[in-house]
Amino acid sequence: MVDMILQFVQVSKSFFGVPVLKDITLDIERGHIVGLVGENGAGKSTLMNILGGVVPLDSGQMLFNGQAYTPQDPRDADRAGIAFIHQELNLFTNLSIAENFFINKFPRQGKVPLLNRKQIRAKAQDYLALVDLHVSPDTLVERLSPGERQLVEVAKAISVEASVIIFDEPTTSLTARETERLFDIIARLHTAGKTIIYISHILRDVLELSDEIAVLRDGELVTHGPKSEFTINRMISSMVGRDLEHLYPDRTSRPSAQVALEVKGLSKAGLVHNIDLQLHKGELLGVFGLMGSGRSELAQIIFGLESFDQGQVLINGQASTRLSPPRSIKDSMAFVTENRREEGLLMTATVSDNLGLVALPEYSTRLVNVVKQGALSKAVKETVSTLRIKVNDAFKNQAKGLSGGNQQKVVLGKWLMTNPSILIIDEPTRGVDVGAKYEIYSIIDRIAANGTAVLFISSEIEELMGMCDRIVVMGYGEVLGSFERARFNKEEILRTAFRENGK
Amino acid sequence: MNNTQRMALPLLKNMPVILFVAIFILFSLLDQRFFAVANFSNIILSSSFVGVVAVGMTFVLLTGGIDLSVGATMYITGAVLAMLLEQGTPLPGAIAAGLIAGTLWGCLNAFLIAKVKIIPFMATLGTLTAGRGLGLLITQSRHIAVPQEMRFGAEKFLGIPLPIVIFALVVLVAYLVLNYTATGRQIYAMGNDPDAAKKAGLNTTRLTATVYIVSGFCAALATVIAISQQGSVSSSFGKGVEFRAIAAAVLGGTSLFGGVGNVFPGTVIGVLLMQMIQNGLIYLQVDLYLQDMITALVIFFAVFIDALRMRLLKRLERRNIRVEKGPGRVKAVEPITS
Repeated sequence: MVDMILQFVQVSKSFFGVPVLKDITLDIERGHIVGLVGENGAGKSTLMNILGGVVPLDSGQMLFNGQAYTPQDPRDADRAGIAFIHQELNLFTNLSIAENFFINKFPRQGKVPLLNRKQIRAKAQDYLALVDLHVSPDTLVERLSPGERQLVEVAKAISVEASVIIFDEPTTSLTARETERLFDIIARLHTAGKTIIYISHILRDVLELSDEIAVLRDGELVTHGPKSEFTINRMISSMVGRDLEHLYPDRTSRPSAQVALEVKGLSKAGLVHNIDLQLHKGELLGVFGLMGSGRSELAQIIFGLESFDQGQVLINGQASTRLSPPRSIKDSMAFVTENRREEGLLMTATVSDNLGLVALPEYSTRLVNVVKQGALSKAVKETVSTLRIKVNDAFKNQAKGLSGGNQQKVVLGKWLMTNPSILIIDEPTRGVDVGAKYEIYSIIDRIAANGTAVLFISSEIEELMGMCDRIVVMGYGEVLGSFERARFNKEEILRTAFRENGK
Repeated sequence: MNNTQRMALPLLKNMPVILFVAIFILFSLLDQRFFAVANFSNIILSSSFVGVVAVGMTFVLLTGGIDLSVGATMYITGAVLAMLLEQGTPLPGAIAAGLIAGTLWGCLNAFLIAKVKIIPFMATLGTLTAGRGLGLLITQSRHIAVPQEMRFGAEKFLGIPLPIVIFALVVLVAYLVLNYTATGRQIYAMGNDPDAAKKAGLNTTRLTATVYIVSGFCAALATVIAISQQGSVSSSFGKGVEFRAIAAAVLGGTSLFGGVGNVFPGTVIGVLLMQMIQNGLIYLQVDLYLQDMITALVIFFAVFIDALRMRLLKRLERRNIRVEKGPGRVKAVEPITS
């Protein structure tokens, strides 16, 4: 008899009449690491939100340790011993680490209604030791790096003595080294007998970590079995429901010889040093670098979000001494930022407002700047359909209601509506599932085919090799090497990126 | 350049205190009489009642809300208190009734904002208008003088004027609540990120209600102090107090966006600073009409400094990729040190 810690029995859930989970029956064995994969919108998050008490289920039931389990709110899940590490961090940056641990369960000091700071500090110290984070528990969270904050979240989850721990995309904001550290911790939790549900789009990680794998597609459980039954290819084909022969679309165009953007000897103290770059019309130029290599900072300087000390940036052959975002937009440059949630989208605005945001002046009358609603909504409709953005009503639905892949399409679409001559995209497929990735790649290819010069920044070497005409490797704020498409070689590119590491 | 920025930070962080000391020295140099114990005690004495309102306001601002109705709450409290005294109700009973009336007005705000979910600005703008109307209705817009026993504002406890004692007690309790109780820390948490607070299982409805009730109670308590000093309630009683309380809290470093600020030293310094400027300008015989404009100037300056500090903090927290060591010499650093 196998010991099941958690059982979903015919769980169903609909939002506004749209079914998102259909009859999910899934048993999870005690002490196992279960990898949960599926495209965005497949229902992974909803299933986990039901388990975590964030949303109620419509029909079916859950059994926890063989008992019926009906959480009313997140605290019920907490009490039951189910910890949930959300994709986005839920820390209070103005409070200390220790206070964040105990925010909903401060211990009291005997009969006095004051909280026991000594006790929470000591306990917090223990929790931090569990994740090998050696900072004072009194440190304010705002002083921590994204990676350190993620570890604090993990420590918080472990601290509730949970027997089931859910990780939802925990590695999206981590560097390679921090990811390794997180996996060490997960392995340790596994050894300690905890049951872990691990959700990720990085299938390699899922395959490496998990004991068993469950695949969701369109709200249904497609397949579930021990890791040995799975390969990355099989996971992908069950996720998308068809064999994905190509991860990348074929390039439909060649770059022209005309230079659209040139960077000469660009330096900024503390960020980048002596950068030389040439970007041609219709070219897809990849910029590869590990986290902290200066790739995003370079993009910010080029777009004018950041100042520079020395060097030149020539846009269509014109040098400018001062760059600024309005000027760059005027020069028909577009920038799709790395962090779509915070920088790229107005989450509470409608999809159509987001799409129209940058192109607004083009759809306004010249004299008094009245927006031509008709023309604008026509353009919005066109963009929504060409980019295949999945949204019920682009004019009513808020951007925050979309899945990650569709949000990214809105960000791309916003800039597409201005027909940029230079497009900088920073990590366009982060946190996006395989199917939507292919669509995003196709959009990027189409943009380049229109003659737009594209600077494609990514830390995923495979996608750059699949898409780009040329790859520039950055590290420590410098350009370390450059590869033509014919000479693409994963090992060599990686070695170049690490070249100066020496250790 | 980076180093000077780093050094500027603690300076900017403690700007309320530095501003306070600088203006104090300035006034002392300009006028000998200003630098006297009597004057200083006078400043605290006259800022006591606004101070108590500002403490309550700090609770509200910490959640990212605002309470525009504190002046109206004071008028209602004053009206109830003065009318009851006029009809011969004993002092303790009248004070208790006044405090209850003011707190109930705070409860009305709490209900509108936490339960009905009206945005704080509109809800309290409404209760401000309604509250002044209610006060006028109770008093029939009469000017009511209170009996001698109510005028205890000049009396002393252990040699300290009573208003100052009450102010100090309110600050002490508020400080303990905000920094050493679960509710206090949860108020900060909610101000920082309301969504995350809900996800963490905090009872945000209760927390929101709490701060408006606290603000109402503080306004009511401030009324008792004010009447004990002024001796009467007129139809303009409490007018404009909301502005002074908000300005004092902001001057003391409390953010209007929530999550940042404290009652001590923050708000206390803010209140004293405002009173000190008014007091000093009177000593210097500055044109009465100019005084408000100068006070506003100082508030703008404090807010500007705060914005400067936030910008600098952001810049300093940015991760540096390279460490430049002298011209030409470049040393690579690891992206994250932990």
